[in-house]
Amino acid sequence: MQDSDNKRFVPRDRNWHPPAYAPGYKTSVPRSPNQALVSLQHPSRSELTGPRFEALRLGPHDNDLLMNYREGQGQDGLPIGERIVMFGRVVDQFGKPVPHTLVEMWQANAGGRYRHKKDGYLAPLDPNFGGVGRCLTDAQGWYHFRTVRPGPYPWPNDPNSWRPAHIHVSVMGPAIATRLITQMYFEGDPLIPRCPIVQTLGDPEAVDTLTGRLDMARSRPMDYLAYRFDIVTRGALQTYFENQG
Amino acid sequence: MSQQPTREGGLLYRETPSQTAGPYVHIGLALDVAGLPLRDEEIWSRMAAPEAEGEAIELVGRVIDGNGDPVRDAFLEAWQADANGDFQPDFDLQKPFNSFGRSATTADGASEWSFTTVKPGRVPAANGKPMAPHVCLAVFARGINIHLNTRLYFDDEAEANAACPVLNAVESPARRETLIARREEVDGKIRYRLDIRLQGEGETVFFDI
Repeated sequence: MQDSDNKRFVPRDRNWHPPAYAPGYKTSVPRSPNQALVSLQHPSRSELTGPRFEALRLGPHDNDLLMNYREGQGQDGLPIGERIVMFGRVVDQFGKPVPHTLVEMWQANAGGRYRHKKDGYLAPLDPNFGGVGRCLTDAQGWYHFRTVRPGPYPWPNDPNSWRPAHIHVSVMGPAIATRLITQMYFEGDPLIPRCPIVQTLGDPEAVDTLTGRLDMARSRPMDYLAYRFDIVTRGALQTYFENQG
Repeated sequence: MSQQPTREGGLLYRETPSQTAGPYVHIGLALDVAGLPLRDEEIWSRMAAPEAEGEAIELVGRVIDGNGDPVRDAFLEAWQADANGDFQPDFDLQKPFNSFGRSATTADGASEWSFTTVKPGRVPAANGKPMAPHVCLAVFARGINIHLNTRLYFDDEAEANAACPVLNAVESPARRETLIARREEVDGKIRYRLDIRLQGEGETVFFDI
Protein backbone atom coordinates (compact mmCIF):
# COMPACT_ATOMS: atom_id res chain seq x y z
CA MET A 1 0.00 0.00 0.00
CA GLN A 2 1.38 3.38 -0.99
CA ASP A 3 0.14 6.91 -0.33
CA SER A 4 -0.94 7.18 -3.94
CA ASP A 5 -3.25 4.18 -3.62
CA ASN A 6 -6.02 6.09 -1.86
CA LYS A 7 -5.56 9.34 -3.72
CA ARG A 8 -7.41 10.67 -6.72
CA PHE A 9 -7.70 13.96 -8.56
CA VAL A 10 -10.68 16.07 -9.54
CA PRO A 11 -11.43 15.03 -13.14
CA ARG A 12 -10.25 17.36 -15.89
CA ASP A 13 -13.04 19.51 -17.28
CA ARG A 14 -12.50 18.92 -20.97
CA ASN A 15 -14.97 21.68 -21.88
CA TRP A 16 -12.88 24.23 -20.02
CA HIS A 17 -9.60 23.19 -21.66
CA PRO A 18 -9.29 23.78 -25.40
CA PRO A 19 -10.58 20.94 -27.58
CA ALA A 20 -8.05 18.89 -29.57
CA TYR A 21 -9.73 19.95 -32.82
CA ALA A 22 -9.94 23.72 -33.10
CA PRO A 23 -9.96 24.52 -36.83
CA GLY A 24 -9.23 28.22 -36.32
CA TYR A 25 -5.79 27.04 -35.20
CA LYS A 26 -4.94 25.23 -38.41
CA THR A 27 -2.18 22.92 -37.20
CA SER A 28 -4.65 21.32 -34.80
CA VAL A 29 -6.66 19.96 -37.76
CA PRO A 30 -4.29 17.08 -38.70
CA ARG A 31 -2.95 16.69 -35.14
CA SER A 32 -6.22 16.10 -33.27
CA PRO A 33 -7.49 12.57 -32.53
CA ASN A 34 -10.85 11.65 -34.06
CA GLN A 35 -11.59 8.98 -31.48
CA ALA A 36 -12.82 9.75 -27.99
CA LEU A 37 -10.36 9.60 -25.11
CA VAL A 38 -10.59 6.38 -23.08
CA SER A 39 -11.37 7.37 -19.51
CA LEU A 40 -9.54 5.60 -16.72
CA GLN A 41 -12.28 5.27 -14.13
CA HIS A 42 -9.83 3.99 -11.55
CA PRO A 43 -6.40 5.51 -12.05
CA SER A 44 -3.43 3.59 -10.66
CA ARG A 45 -0.02 4.48 -9.29
CA SER A 46 1.04 4.99 -12.89
CA GLU A 47 -1.11 8.11 -13.07
CA LEU A 48 -1.25 9.14 -9.40
CA THR A 49 2.49 9.42 -8.89
CA GLY A 50 4.97 11.67 -10.65
CA PRO A 51 8.53 12.95 -10.50
CA ARG A 52 9.89 15.18 -7.73
CA PHE A 53 12.84 17.43 -8.45
CA GLU A 54 14.31 18.48 -5.11
CA ALA A 55 17.50 16.61 -6.09
CA LEU A 56 17.80 18.26 -9.52
CA ARG A 57 20.76 20.62 -9.30
CA LEU A 58 19.51 24.00 -10.47
CA GLY A 59 22.01 26.70 -11.42
CA PRO A 60 22.05 30.00 -9.51
CA HIS A 61 20.55 31.90 -12.47
CA ASP A 62 18.16 29.25 -13.76
CA ASN A 63 15.19 31.49 -12.88
CA ASP A 64 16.89 34.74 -13.90
CA LEU A 65 16.73 35.28 -17.66
CA LEU A 66 18.51 38.63 -17.31
CA MET A 67 21.59 36.76 -16.13
CA ASN A 68 21.51 33.22 -17.49
CA TYR A 69 22.58 33.92 -21.07
CA ARG A 70 25.17 36.69 -21.18
CA GLU A 71 27.68 37.29 -23.88
CA GLY A 72 28.44 40.92 -23.00
CA GLN A 73 29.75 42.32 -19.73
CA GLY A 74 28.18 44.56 -17.08
CA GLN A 75 25.14 46.67 -17.98
CA ASP A 76 25.80 46.16 -21.69
CA GLY A 77 25.63 42.42 -21.13
CA LEU A 78 21.98 42.60 -20.12
CA PRO A 79 19.18 41.77 -22.55
CA ILE A 80 17.26 44.52 -24.36
CA GLY A 81 13.66 45.04 -23.27
CA GLU A 82 11.31 45.91 -20.45
CA ARG A 83 12.59 44.34 -17.26
CA ILE A 84 9.87 42.34 -15.54
CA VAL A 85 9.36 39.83 -12.77
CA MET A 86 6.82 37.11 -13.43
CA PHE A 87 5.65 35.51 -10.21
CA GLY A 88 2.76 33.66 -8.72
CA ARG A 89 1.58 30.76 -6.73
CA VAL A 90 0.88 27.18 -7.72
CA VAL A 91 -2.16 25.89 -5.83
CA ASP A 92 -4.50 23.01 -6.42
CA GLN A 93 -8.20 23.36 -7.08
CA PHE A 94 -8.91 23.44 -3.35
CA GLY A 95 -6.47 26.31 -2.88
CA LYS A 96 -3.83 24.11 -1.27
CA PRO A 97 -0.28 25.19 -2.16
CA VAL A 98 1.73 22.86 -4.41
CA PRO A 99 5.19 23.00 -2.85
CA HIS A 100 8.56 22.11 -4.42
CA THR A 101 7.13 21.47 -7.85
CA LEU A 102 9.04 22.16 -11.03
CA VAL A 103 7.96 25.27 -12.96
CA GLU A 104 9.63 25.85 -16.32
CA MET A 105 9.17 28.70 -18.80
CA TRP A 106 10.40 29.79 -22.21
CA GLN A 107 9.78 32.82 -24.35
CA ALA A 108 10.77 35.01 -27.28
CA ASN A 109 13.05 38.01 -26.74
CA ALA A 110 11.81 41.62 -26.62
CA GLY A 111 11.68 41.71 -30.43
CA GLY A 112 9.54 38.57 -30.68
CA ARG A 113 12.38 36.27 -31.83
CA TYR A 114 13.03 32.86 -30.31
CA ARG A 115 16.54 31.51 -29.82
CA HIS A 116 15.71 28.35 -31.73
CA LYS A 117 17.27 26.80 -34.82
CA LYS A 118 13.92 26.91 -36.56
CA ASP A 119 12.86 30.50 -35.89
CA GLY A 120 13.74 32.69 -38.85
CA TYR A 121 11.69 35.82 -37.98
CA LEU A 122 13.17 39.15 -39.13
CA ALA A 123 13.65 40.46 -35.60
CA PRO A 124 17.21 39.97 -34.36
CA LEU A 125 18.47 37.58 -31.72
CA ASP A 126 19.61 39.31 -28.56
CA PRO A 127 23.19 38.24 -27.79
CA ASN A 128 22.39 38.40 -24.08
CA PHE A 129 19.10 36.54 -24.03
CA GLY A 130 18.43 32.82 -24.20
CA GLY A 131 14.78 32.70 -23.16
CA VAL A 132 14.56 29.73 -20.79
CA GLY A 133 14.00 29.52 -17.04
CA ARG A 134 13.14 26.99 -14.37
CA CYS A 135 12.66 26.86 -10.62
CA LEU A 136 10.95 24.91 -7.87
CA THR A 137 8.05 26.42 -5.98
CA ASP A 138 8.76 27.15 -2.32
CA ALA A 139 6.98 25.51 0.62
CA GLN A 140 3.93 27.77 0.04
CA GLY A 141 3.82 27.19 -3.70
CA TRP A 142 5.37 30.51 -4.80
CA TYR A 143 7.65 30.83 -7.84
CA HIS A 144 9.27 33.77 -9.61
CA PHE A 145 11.34 34.54 -12.68
CA ARG A 146 13.18 37.70 -13.70
CA THR A 147 13.13 38.37 -17.43
CA VAL A 148 12.19 40.87 -20.13
CA ARG A 149 8.72 41.21 -21.56
CA PRO A 150 8.59 39.18 -24.79
CA GLY A 151 7.52 40.82 -28.04
CA PRO A 152 4.56 39.76 -30.17
CA TYR A 153 5.41 38.07 -33.46
CA PRO A 154 3.76 37.05 -36.72
CA TRP A 155 3.11 33.42 -37.61
CA PRO A 156 1.61 31.60 -40.56
CA ASN A 157 -1.99 30.70 -39.75
CA ASP A 158 -4.39 33.27 -41.16
CA PRO A 159 -2.91 35.65 -43.76
CA ASN A 160 -1.86 38.02 -40.97
CA SER A 161 -1.81 36.25 -37.60
CA TRP A 162 0.18 37.61 -34.65
CA ARG A 163 0.80 35.99 -31.31
CA PRO A 164 0.19 38.28 -28.37
CA ALA A 165 3.17 38.65 -26.06
CA HIS A 166 3.28 35.43 -24.06
CA ILE A 167 5.43 33.24 -21.87
CA HIS A 168 5.13 29.46 -22.11
CA VAL A 169 4.76 27.85 -18.70
CA SER A 170 5.17 24.19 -17.76
CA VAL A 171 4.18 22.86 -14.36
CA MET A 172 4.54 19.31 -13.12
CA GLY A 173 2.31 19.22 -10.05
CA PRO A 174 2.23 16.22 -7.72
CA ALA A 175 1.52 13.53 -10.34
CA ILE A 176 1.59 12.69 -14.01
CA ALA A 177 -2.17 13.28 -13.91
CA THR A 178 -1.66 16.95 -12.98
CA ARG A 179 0.92 17.71 -15.67
CA LEU A 180 0.14 20.94 -17.48
CA ILE A 181 1.65 23.22 -20.12
CA THR A 182 0.09 26.59 -20.81
CA GLN A 183 0.87 30.20 -21.74
CA MET A 184 0.69 33.45 -19.81
CA TYR A 185 -0.54 36.54 -21.65
CA PHE A 186 -0.14 40.15 -20.56
CA GLU A 187 -3.01 42.23 -19.25
CA GLY A 188 -4.23 44.78 -21.77
CA ASP A 189 -2.60 43.29 -24.87
CA PRO A 190 -4.94 44.04 -27.84
CA LEU A 191 -3.65 40.96 -29.67
CA ILE A 192 -5.10 38.54 -27.08
CA PRO A 193 -8.67 38.41 -28.47
CA ARG A 194 -7.35 38.24 -32.05
CA CYS A 195 -5.13 35.19 -31.53
CA PRO A 196 -6.28 31.85 -33.02
CA ILE A 197 -4.45 29.94 -30.28
CA VAL A 198 -6.12 31.98 -27.52
CA GLN A 199 -9.42 31.42 -29.34
CA THR A 200 -9.07 27.64 -28.90
CA LEU A 201 -10.41 28.41 -25.41
CA GLY A 202 -14.18 28.48 -25.53
CA ASP A 203 -14.79 30.51 -22.39
CA PRO A 204 -13.62 34.15 -22.02
CA GLU A 205 -13.14 33.41 -18.34
CA ALA A 206 -10.55 30.78 -19.26
CA VAL A 207 -8.63 33.43 -21.23
CA ASP A 208 -8.86 35.67 -18.21
CA THR A 209 -7.17 33.06 -16.01
CA LEU A 210 -4.24 32.98 -18.45
CA THR A 211 -3.72 36.74 -18.28
CA GLY A 212 -0.87 37.91 -16.06
CA ARG A 213 -1.81 40.96 -13.97
CA LEU A 214 0.35 43.99 -13.45
CA ASP A 215 1.15 44.16 -9.73
CA MET A 216 2.53 47.59 -8.87
CA ALA A 217 2.98 46.69 -5.21
CA ARG A 218 5.52 44.04 -6.13
CA SER A 219 7.18 46.11 -8.82
CA ARG A 220 10.51 47.62 -7.86
CA PRO A 221 11.01 51.36 -8.39
CA MET A 222 13.63 52.22 -11.02
CA ASP A 223 14.08 48.52 -11.80
CA TYR A 224 11.22 46.25 -12.94
CA LEU A 225 7.45 45.79 -13.26
CA ALA A 226 5.87 42.69 -11.76
CA TYR A 227 3.24 40.47 -13.37
CA ARG A 228 1.36 37.94 -11.30
CA PHE A 229 0.33 34.60 -12.74
CA ASP A 230 -1.21 32.01 -10.44
CA ILE A 231 -1.43 28.42 -11.63
CA VAL A 232 -4.08 25.95 -10.52
CA THR A 233 -3.41 22.22 -10.77
CA ARG A 234 -6.00 19.48 -10.35
CA GLY A 235 -7.30 19.09 -6.82
CA ALA A 236 -6.03 16.12 -4.84
CA LEU A 237 -8.59 14.07 -2.94
CA GLN A 238 -8.38 11.18 -0.54
CA THR A 239 -10.59 8.19 -1.14
CA TYR A 240 -12.35 7.43 2.13
CA PHE A 241 -13.66 3.98 1.39
CA GLU A 242 -11.51 1.48 -0.43
CA ASN A 243 -14.06 -1.29 -0.37
CA GLN A 244 -16.82 -0.64 -2.86
CA GLY A 245 -19.03 -3.15 -1.10
CA MET B 1 -8.02 32.20 -10.72
CA SER B 2 -11.57 31.27 -11.39
CA GLN B 3 -13.92 29.65 -8.92
CA GLN B 4 -17.04 27.60 -9.22
CA PRO B 5 -19.22 26.12 -6.50
CA THR B 6 -18.65 22.48 -5.73
CA ARG B 7 -21.49 20.12 -5.05
CA GLU B 8 -20.36 20.10 -1.44
CA GLY B 9 -21.08 23.81 -1.33
CA GLY B 10 -17.45 24.85 -0.95
CA LEU B 11 -15.43 26.63 -3.58
CA LEU B 12 -13.32 24.93 -6.16
CA TYR B 13 -10.83 26.77 -8.33
CA ARG B 14 -10.84 25.82 -11.98
CA GLU B 15 -7.72 24.16 -13.28
CA THR B 16 -5.50 26.47 -15.29
CA PRO B 17 -6.44 25.78 -18.91
CA SER B 18 -3.89 24.26 -21.27
CA GLN B 19 -2.37 25.95 -24.29
CA THR B 20 -0.23 24.31 -26.95
CA ALA B 21 3.46 23.82 -26.15
CA GLY B 22 4.13 25.28 -29.61
CA PRO B 23 6.97 24.73 -32.08
CA TYR B 24 9.66 26.09 -29.76
CA VAL B 25 8.97 23.84 -26.77
CA HIS B 26 12.60 22.73 -27.03
CA ILE B 27 13.88 26.09 -25.78
CA GLY B 28 12.27 25.35 -22.45
CA LEU B 29 12.27 21.57 -22.16
CA ALA B 30 14.78 20.05 -24.64
CA LEU B 31 17.52 22.66 -24.94
CA ASP B 32 19.84 20.61 -27.13
CA VAL B 33 17.18 20.35 -29.84
CA ALA B 34 16.74 24.15 -29.85
CA GLY B 35 20.51 24.57 -30.13
CA LEU B 36 20.84 26.13 -26.67
CA PRO B 37 23.74 25.39 -24.32
CA LEU B 38 22.88 22.83 -21.64
CA ARG B 39 22.63 23.76 -17.99
CA ASP B 40 24.36 21.84 -15.18
CA GLU B 41 21.65 19.20 -15.17
CA GLU B 42 18.94 18.50 -17.71
CA ILE B 43 16.05 16.03 -17.70
CA TRP B 44 16.83 13.79 -20.65
CA SER B 45 15.99 10.59 -22.48
CA ARG B 46 18.48 8.35 -20.70
CA MET B 47 16.35 7.02 -17.87
CA ALA B 48 18.60 4.06 -17.12
CA ALA B 49 22.38 3.89 -16.88
CA PRO B 50 24.09 0.62 -17.94
CA GLU B 51 24.33 -0.47 -14.30
CA ALA B 52 20.58 -0.11 -13.69
CA GLU B 53 18.85 -3.26 -12.55
CA GLY B 54 16.76 -4.99 -15.21
CA GLU B 55 16.77 -5.62 -18.92
CA ALA B 56 18.32 -2.69 -20.81
CA ILE B 57 16.07 -1.60 -23.63
CA GLU B 58 15.49 1.28 -25.97
CA LEU B 59 12.05 2.64 -26.79
CA VAL B 60 11.75 4.30 -30.16
CA GLY B 61 9.09 5.55 -32.54
CA ARG B 62 7.65 8.35 -34.57
CA VAL B 63 4.63 10.56 -34.13
CA ILE B 64 2.45 10.55 -37.25
CA ASP B 65 -0.24 13.11 -38.08
CA GLY B 66 -3.59 12.66 -39.83
CA ASN B 67 -1.96 13.11 -43.25
CA GLY B 68 0.47 10.27 -42.58
CA ASP B 69 3.38 12.67 -42.19
CA PRO B 70 5.86 12.49 -39.31
CA VAL B 71 5.46 15.20 -36.69
CA ARG B 72 8.91 16.74 -36.53
CA ASP B 73 8.39 19.00 -33.55
CA ALA B 74 6.84 16.62 -31.02
CA PHE B 75 8.02 16.47 -27.43
CA LEU B 76 7.42 13.42 -25.22
CA GLU B 77 7.61 12.61 -21.55
CA ALA B 78 7.88 9.07 -20.20
CA TRP B 79 6.96 7.76 -16.75
CA GLN B 80 7.49 4.14 -15.78
CA ALA B 81 8.25 1.77 -12.93
CA ASP B 82 11.68 0.25 -12.45
CA ALA B 83 12.39 -3.43 -13.14
CA ASN B 84 10.76 -4.35 -9.81
CA GLY B 85 7.54 -2.51 -10.53
CA ASP B 86 8.35 0.42 -8.22
CA PHE B 87 8.30 4.06 -9.26
CA GLN B 88 11.37 6.11 -8.49
CA PRO B 89 9.80 9.54 -8.04
CA ASP B 90 12.88 11.36 -6.73
CA PHE B 91 14.54 12.47 -9.93
CA ASP B 92 18.28 12.32 -9.41
CA LEU B 93 20.83 12.06 -12.21
CA GLN B 94 23.29 10.39 -9.82
CA LYS B 95 20.98 7.37 -9.56
CA PRO B 96 21.21 4.53 -12.10
CA PHE B 97 17.48 4.67 -12.85
CA ASN B 98 14.89 7.46 -13.05
CA SER B 99 11.21 6.85 -13.68
CA PHE B 100 10.93 10.09 -15.67
CA GLY B 101 12.44 11.02 -19.02
CA ARG B 102 12.04 13.45 -21.90
CA SER B 103 12.62 13.11 -25.63
CA ALA B 104 11.80 15.02 -28.82
CA THR B 105 11.36 14.00 -32.42
CA THR B 106 14.00 15.45 -34.69
CA ALA B 107 13.45 18.03 -37.41
CA ASP B 108 15.30 15.93 -40.00
CA GLY B 109 16.11 12.29 -40.75
CA ALA B 110 13.88 9.56 -39.31
CA SER B 111 12.26 12.02 -36.90
CA GLU B 112 12.10 9.55 -34.04
CA TRP B 113 11.83 9.97 -30.30
CA SER B 114 13.68 7.49 -28.12
CA PHE B 115 14.26 6.55 -24.49
CA THR B 116 17.09 4.49 -23.05
CA THR B 117 15.61 2.60 -20.14
CA VAL B 118 14.93 -0.82 -18.61
CA LYS B 119 11.89 -2.96 -19.08
CA PRO B 120 9.45 -2.01 -16.31
CA GLY B 121 8.09 -4.49 -13.80
CA ARG B 122 4.39 -4.89 -13.10
CA VAL B 123 2.47 -2.23 -11.20
CA PRO B 124 -0.85 -2.95 -9.46
CA ALA B 125 -4.03 -1.45 -10.86
CA ALA B 126 -6.43 0.38 -8.54
CA ASN B 127 -8.09 -2.93 -7.66
CA GLY B 128 -4.74 -4.44 -6.68
CA LYS B 129 -4.51 -6.75 -9.67
CA PRO B 130 -1.31 -6.43 -11.69
CA MET B 131 -1.27 -4.40 -14.87
CA ALA B 132 0.92 -5.53 -17.74
CA PRO B 133 4.34 -3.84 -17.93
CA HIS B 134 3.90 -0.41 -19.52
CA VAL B 135 5.37 3.03 -19.94
CA CYS B 136 3.15 6.11 -19.66
CA LEU B 137 3.77 8.61 -22.43
CA ALA B 138 2.60 12.22 -22.76
CA VAL B 139 2.76 13.85 -26.19
CA PHE B 140 3.10 17.60 -26.66
CA ALA B 141 3.48 19.54 -29.92
CA ARG B 142 2.47 22.54 -31.95
CA GLY B 143 -1.15 21.95 -32.92
CA ILE B 144 -1.82 19.83 -29.80
CA ASN B 145 -3.93 22.06 -27.56
CA ILE B 146 -3.75 19.80 -24.53
CA HIS B 147 -1.17 17.06 -24.26
CA LEU B 148 -2.18 13.50 -25.11
CA ASN B 149 -1.69 10.68 -22.61
CA THR B 150 -1.04 7.19 -23.86
CA ARG B 151 0.76 4.01 -22.81
CA LEU B 152 3.36 1.80 -24.40
CA TYR B 153 2.99 -1.95 -23.83
CA PHE B 154 5.31 -4.79 -24.93
CA ASP B 155 4.51 -7.40 -27.58
CA ASP B 156 6.40 -10.17 -25.74
CA GLU B 157 4.03 -9.88 -22.76
CA ALA B 158 0.98 -11.33 -24.49
CA GLU B 159 -0.37 -13.10 -21.42
CA ALA B 160 0.01 -10.09 -19.12
CA ASN B 161 -1.41 -7.80 -21.81
CA ALA B 162 -4.49 -9.99 -22.20
CA ALA B 163 -5.20 -9.67 -18.47
CA CYS B 164 -4.35 -5.97 -18.06
CA PRO B 165 -7.39 -4.04 -16.77
CA VAL B 166 -6.32 -0.83 -18.49
CA LEU B 167 -5.77 -2.43 -21.88
CA ASN B 168 -9.12 -4.15 -21.44
CA ALA B 169 -10.76 -0.79 -20.75
CA VAL B 170 -10.21 -0.17 -24.47
CA GLU B 171 -13.35 -1.66 -25.93
CA SER B 172 -12.04 -2.42 -29.40
CA PRO B 173 -9.42 -5.22 -29.43
CA ALA B 174 -8.00 -3.77 -32.65
CA ARG B 175 -7.43 -0.44 -30.98
CA ARG B 176 -5.55 -2.10 -28.08
CA GLU B 177 -2.95 -3.08 -30.65
CA THR B 178 -2.10 0.60 -31.18
CA LEU B 179 -0.44 0.57 -27.75
CA ILE B 180 1.77 -2.46 -28.26
CA ALA B 181 5.42 -1.88 -29.15
CA ARG B 182 7.25 -4.43 -31.31
CA ARG B 183 10.47 -5.96 -30.15
CA GLU B 184 13.51 -5.73 -32.44
CA GLU B 185 17.12 -6.68 -31.96
CA VAL B 186 19.62 -4.33 -33.54
CA ASP B 187 23.35 -5.00 -33.08
CA GLY B 188 22.57 -7.14 -30.04
CA LYS B 189 20.51 -4.38 -28.42
CA ILE B 190 16.87 -4.79 -27.53
CA ARG B 191 14.59 -2.15 -28.91
CA TYR B 192 10.82 -1.75 -28.84
CA ARG B 193 9.22 0.30 -31.57
CA LEU B 194 5.90 2.11 -31.42
CA ASP B 195 4.57 4.77 -33.75
CA ILE B 196 2.04 7.14 -32.20
CA ARG B 197 -0.69 7.99 -34.70
CA LEU B 198 -2.51 11.16 -33.78
CA GLN B 199 -5.45 10.78 -36.12
CA GLY B 200 -7.18 8.50 -38.61
CA GLU B 201 -6.27 4.96 -39.58
CA GLY B 202 -4.59 3.12 -36.72
CA GLU B 203 -5.16 6.08 -34.41
CA THR B 204 -3.41 5.54 -31.08
CA VAL B 205 -5.58 5.15 -27.99
CA PHE B 206 -5.31 8.21 -25.78
CA PHE B 207 -6.47 8.19 -22.18
CA ASP B 208 -8.23 10.68 -19.97
CA ILE B 209 -6.26 10.06 -16.80
